[in-house]
Amino acid sequence: MTTHVDPQATPAPAEELLNRPATPAQRIHSVLHRQPALSPAIVLVLAAVVFSLVNDRFYALQNLSLVIQQVAVIGSLAVGQTVIILTAGIDLSIGAVMVLASLLMSKLVADNHWPGGVALLAGAVVAIAAQALNGLLVTKIKLPPFIVTLGTLSIFTAITLIYAKGQTIALQPGNILMWTANTVSLGQLNLTNGVLIMIALYAVIGYALRYTAWGRHLYAVGDDVEAARLAGISVNRVLLSAYMVGGFAIAVGAWILVGRVGGGDPNSGLNANLQSITAVVIGGTSLFGGRGVVLGSLIGALIVQVFVNGLALAGIDPNYQVLAVGILVIAAVSVDQWIRSVKS
Amino acid sequence: MNISSSQASSRRSRRTGVAAIGVSVCLGATLAACGSSNGSSSSSASGGGGKVGVSLILKTLTNPYFVSMEKDAKTQAAKDNVSLTVAAGNSDGDTQTQITAIDNAISRGDKGILITTNGDAVNAALNRAKQAGLFVIALDTAPNPASIANITYATDNEQAGKLDGQYAAAALNGKPAVIAMLDLFNNQVVSVDINRDHGFLEGMGIDPGSKTENGKEAKSGKYTGGKGGSYTVACHQPTQGAIDGGRTAMENCLSANPDINVVYAINEPAGEGAYNALKAAGKEKNVAIYAIDGSCAGLKNVTSGEFAADAVQYPGKMAALGVDSIAKLARGGSKPSVTGGKSFYDTGTALAAAKPLGGLTVQSPSQAASACWGN
Repeated sequence: MTTHVDPQATPAPAEELLNRPATPAQRIHSVLHRQPALSPAIVLVLAAVVFSLVNDRFYALQNLSLVIQQVAVIGSLAVGQTVIILTAGIDLSIGAVMVLASLLMSKLVADNHWPGGVALLAGAVVAIAAQALNGLLVTKIKLPPFIVTLGTLSIFTAITLIYAKGQTIALQPGNILMWTANTVSLGQLNLTNGVLIMIALYAVIGYALRYTAWGRHLYAVGDDVEAARLAGISVNRVLLSAYMVGGFAIAVGAWILVGRVGGGDPNSGLNANLQSITAVVIGGTSLFGGRGVVLGSLIGALIVQVFVNGLALAGIDPNYQVLAVGILVIAAVSVDQWIRSVKS
Repeated sequence: MNISSSQASSRRSRRTGVAAIGVSVCLGATLAACGSSNGSSSSSASGGGGKVGVSLILKTLTNPYFVSMEKDAKTQAAKDNVSLTVAAGNSDGDTQTQITAIDNAISRGDKGILITTNGDAVNAALNRAKQAGLFVIALDTAPNPASIANITYATDNEQAGKLDGQYAAAALNGKPAVIAMLDLFNNQVVSVDINRDHGFLEGMGIDPGSKTENGKEAKSGKYTGGKGGSYTVACHQPTQGAIDGGRTAMENCLSANPDINVVYAINEPAGEGAYNALKAAGKEKNVAIYAIDGSCAGLKNVTSGEFAADAVQYPGKMAALGVDSIAKLARGGSKPSVTGGKSFYDTGTALAAAKPLGGLTVQSPSQAASACWGN
């Protein structure tokens, strides 16, 4: 937005500026600035209304249950991705780490006969360790996160393929690894344990970001790393912790993926990197760091899945699903730019 | 790029001159590929029993189907005294890695290339290889146009789909069919995707409505296979050939039409995902899933009733035959020829089903398992 400034004009007194009534656009802008999850939430509601009008099956609680189940894996990864993007970083390896962890868990149980709980723990340790490696490369060797995770994306993918030899691993129901697939009925909504774990993950990380010193430091580092350093924040420790929290979220995603797939599959979850970034961006978190909330990412993931599901129900060619997601991403980033550019 | 050399050459040191040329030719290519190139280039002088260089270029190594090709090709290479170099794309559709591998094969002086192409973009490189005197064998799927390869060793994917479709029509026994079509992609045209999908519809006795595109059949009408009856195509959804993709696709199809009773799945992982979705919806008993692949794990799913039937293919056989053909040709043998009446060498397909149905040739899962691949 450009404003014409008349050099001859006398500058308005400060009080007059402050008391000037805000235009509706400014008020909307101000609200959106304070609530980053609001604009995606509006989009989600609008999309749901439109699809309900187009197809009467869309609104069925059974179908909405499915959409939430479908989003559980990407939704969990999006928590980790949000925390990393809030530090002005990005993680391209997030899906590869998830596939590695899910295969490791499944293989330890199916081939090595480990107890499910121990295998789950091993998967979590590997996911957090893998992310700690990303974090160390970013903080100690000072490499850009994009480059680090581009490299580790290949490394973790290769390790997975060498380890799994391209094979899928089926697990028996009843194992703790498959617990995430068990259905829980909340009234008419049929959710899975995986969905509940994902919601718990959002609650915990969301709380930590908003109400703990760690959370405030994370925003500060993402907003202006030099200012954060001058304020006495241990920047490297905050960055490393962001990646390790990301690792924890990945472990949760891997557990839910094992339930959905029924075991380990090297091909399942390969697109998760970009899908998680898409969810975060549509959810209103700024790729430049320092602004956004995890709830927005959940809404972002839901928006994508609502479009995919709604268009499929309407019998529309799947190519339009891809088109819709692309438009959503551009629109979301445009809104983010608008919110940042105009004075609040 | 995944590259390995099954036969480490002992003649590397003798050929420093060739190595120097090899290194200069390989500038820009990957170090690993060049590393093995110096060794196998010694085979270019061999007319009789010397080592023959062969490149096996796969789509990916993330799929047990291609892993099985690699394994059987290596076994055959050891038997035939072939120096085998294996390369693979990073993902389906990764043509650039395949082109690099083709160029490496040419500069290495290989006698032939076995390739499962990732797309038409590799055609120019394959033509360069043929001009350089390499014998090009396409595996699994013919390139487009088929003449790009000297010969194709493949399963008849259309026939595989057809066997599934014929069985599905017979099993329906005149009942109405509500069909979910779980395809591979929506963003690229891959012949295996089209051929299997169309084959299934043809087997059911439904006109696919197009030669080159999925989803062009009439959405409802009469199928003529088996006793015949009415049909509805409930959906065409992409699965990426993976379990999670198959599950999401099936969930969306079921939401659109809860009456689905027949599922066509492009491959076993997609079928597996569909089964997970049906089971979660409590519908796995009333829906028949038809898959294609014939892996050992997939045949177990036929035994357990997860899949109603599975069309069996033999990827390892294609690769092993390919290695053998190039070895023979390089040592003065004759060129391989296509199967009578077909444009390619057909390595065969069969239908595995737990329940035999009258009038159809069906293998039991245990019969089929004697030639299965993977684990």
